[in-house]
Order: sequence, then structure tokens, then C-alpha cells
Amino acid sequence: MPRDTLDRQVNNIKDEVLILGNMIEQATLLSVDTLKNRDIRAAHELIEDDQLINDKRFAIENAVLILIATQQPIAHDLRILTAILEVSTELERMGDYAKGICKITIKMGESDIPIPIRDLVKMAELAVTMLHKGLSAFVNENLHLAQSIPLEDDNVDALYHKVYRHVVEVITANPAIFDEAHLLLWVAHNLERLADRVTNICERTVFIATGEMMEMDSTDDEDQED
Amino acid sequence: MTENKNQPIITVKDLSIFYKTFRAVKNVDLEIFENKITAIIGPSGCGKSTVLRSFNRMNDFIPGASIQGNILFHDKNIYDEDVDPVQVRRMIGMVFQKPNPFPKSIYENIAWGAKMNGYSGNMDDLVEKTLQDAALWDEVKDELNKNALSLSGGQQQRLCIARALAVKPEIILMDEPCSALDPIATLKIEDLMRELSHNYSIIIVTHNMQQAARASDMTAFFTMDEDRAGVMVEYGLTTQIFTNPKNKQTEDYITGRFG
Repeated sequence: MPRDTLDRQVNNIKDEVLILGNMIEQATLLSVDTLKNRDIRAAHELIEDDQLINDKRFAIENAVLILIATQQPIAHDLRILTAILEVSTELERMGDYAKGICKITIKMGESDIPIPIRDLVKMAELAVTMLHKGLSAFVNENLHLAQSIPLEDDNVDALYHKVYRHVVEVITANPAIFDEAHLLLWVAHNLERLADRVTNICERTVFIATGEMMEMDSTDDEDQED
Repeated sequence: MTENKNQPIITVKDLSIFYKTFRAVKNVDLEIFENKITAIIGPSGCGKSTVLRSFNRMNDFIPGASIQGNILFHDKNIYDEDVDPVQVRRMIGMVFQKPNPFPKSIYENIAWGAKMNGYSGNMDDLVEKTLQDAALWDEVKDELNKNALSLSGGQQQRLCIARALAVKPEIILMDEPCSALDPIATLKIEDLMRELSHNYSIIIVTHNMQQAARASDMTAFFTMDEDRAGVMVEYGLTTQIFTNPKNKQTEDYITGRFG
């Protein structure tokens, strides 16, 4: 079939996107584990490993640029490749969120303030599940799945608000620990933003399949640009 | 497209090509790598077809043509006096711009060259194998006795490729092989080139730099110097040439700003 070379190389890049996604999933779950276990050494290691995520993202970007320069993709092919550029950027930022959580683990040190770790672990699991499904929908161009995933973001948002209330209660009870307690909000925030970025990936999936740019993030009214 | 370059199968050393006293190409140094597709691109008159034809001594047929320098094929200069040009052309086959099948049956087009080269094996097997290798068998297997000129342009060009393969060359030279074909037939030839590159080395001259970008592993960019001699400006991995050329002239040419 004509364009075997292009098709084969696009599939190779999609595989690399899945590998990058898997790196993010692992990094996210492990970052919350460092907080749970107060494991500062593991947190430092994960921060170092973020470089591998950045390298993979640039490798994907480079492969896409080469394909655009050499294979003249148009229409659906071009939408896939530009979407991959967008998605790899989203994934790289998700990696930064995991790195940010590790930095908080380090800052918290031996502090004994009560951490709502079950809720944070749950948030991480929900966000990672969304990401996994989101990338599966993306590489398989599964429009139906892509449209359903953003609905799951409400569960992550609900947990974010729960952690928020917890932190407010902790600070109210003991204002002296404000600085440490407020760091916990950033952990929840990072996980919540990760899930938001899955919605962006789903938007790109719709774009590939239909050519339409569509906002799917209707429930998220926080216009944050972190 | 892999980035490892394999071994050089042709090494060009300080090659200049003359038509009588006019120097058409000057001072080219180039290594062609085994099992790779090498594209030669450049504006009209830059000597790219002249260079291609020098690789199998097709320029011998042009009165007044001569060369300086060396073209080593497996370390042997193909212009040495003890080299038989017919033998060179058997090892280094050529496919031309316009499909040029013989006005004979499809079968005869393949069998003729093989017979001339003393092939003594089963001819039916050879015809089938080469037509399969040229991705034409499925389309013509029930009409092998049909005149080759009744095929479409794309089919005729694949038949010419099959004919070149029938004498078991190591290198296939292609001079603008798709310029007479429509876009789909062109893409079929490019896919065929990719398949063939597993067993052959391919050198293609093309005016269509998008084709060079799509289909090749290595790209050589030629241009015309002030004295109107063709010169090689840049040679490298196709991915590098088309994303980050080192030379400004190359960049201007591939971005359509010159030539």
C-alpha cells in the first residue's frame, strides 16, 4: 500500500508516546509513594529521572519534525503528528508535576503534620487511570472513549476539594504549621492538573478523528496556567 | 530509516566529468552505502544525471565524454582498463526517466536480458520471482504474454525495474524514475524502492526533492558552480539534510528559495 513508510513511522512514534505515558504513570504513583513513605532518597532519585522523561519528549518531537520535513503528511496524517507534538508537551508537564510532588516530599522532611495520604493516593490512582485510558484512546483514535474520559475528572476534582477542606482544618487548628500544610495543597493541585491535562489529550483525539477543535473541560472553571 | 550507514559499496574520489573540453562536474567525493537509498538532488544542469550515469559507465556512449578521478565499486575502479563495461552494467543496473519496455511480451521483457547474460536456470521461475520482487506479479500473472506496451505507465516502470533485477545486480541506478508517473504510481515505486533496499543499493536522481525526502536514506545536494560545473554542496542523512542542512545553499534549495 502506498505510504507504508509514513504509516510505519507514525505507528513507531505512537509507540514512543505510549512509552512516555507509561513513564509518567510510574513517576506519578511513585511520587505520591515518596510522600506516603517520607522517603527523601527516593524523591531525589525520581527528580533525577525526570530528565529521562524530558529526553523522551524531545526524541518524540524530533521524530515528528523529521516526518513532517520528509514525508509531507497532510490531512489526517498531519493532524496526528501535530497532535503528538501537543500531547508530548502535555506529558512532559505531567512529569514536572510528579517532580514537584517529590520536591514537596523533600521539603516536608520529617514533619509530622497529618497528611491526607489516602485521598492523595486515590487522586493519583484516578488521574493515572484517566491518563492510561486517555493515551489508549489517543493512539487508537477512539472517539467514544476520548469523549467519556473527561467526565471522570469530576471525581478527581471532588477529592481535591476534600483535601482542600482537610488542609484548611489543619491550619485552623494549628496556624503555626501553615507553611508545611499549604504544601499539601500543592500536591493535590498537581494531581488535579494532571487529570485536567488528560482532558487536553482527549481534545486532541477528537481533533484527529474529526478535524474539529473542541473544548471538553466544561466542569473546570479554574483557568490556571501553571 | 535507520541511521547506521553500512559499508560503502561505491566510493567516488575527486571525480570530474567532461563533455569534450567542458567540465560538467568537478571534484566530487562521495560514498554510497550498501542497502541504502541515496538521492541526488539539485537544480537543472547541476550534473546529477551525469554523475549517476558515470556509476555504470553509461557516459561511455556519449561521444567526447571522459572522466577524471576514481569510482571504486567494491574497491575496484570501474574505469580501469581491465574492466569490462558490460560487466559493470550487469552489476549496476539502470532504470530510466521514461519507462522503456521492449515492444515484446511482459515475459520476454524479463527473459531477454537474463538470456543475454547466459542465465541457464528455470526461466519461468526467474520471471515470476523478479515480477514479484518488483511488486507487479499480482497484476500481470494471468497475462504474461500480453505486450508490455499495453501496461499503464506505473506498471511499465515496475516492469523495467523487474527487468533490471533479472540480471541480479547489486546496485540499481534510477534516473527520475517517477517523473512520467501519476502520484499514486509514484508512491508505489517509492514503496517498492524501500522493499528493494533490503537486497540492493539504490541511487536515485530526482528533480522532486519531496520524493528524495520521502524515499531516501542519504541525500546529496548538487548545484552549478560559477564556471557552470556541477559541484556537490552537501551530503548527509536525508533526515539531517531536510531538517537541519549545514549549508545555506542547501537550505535555500530545499525550502524553495533557490533553483
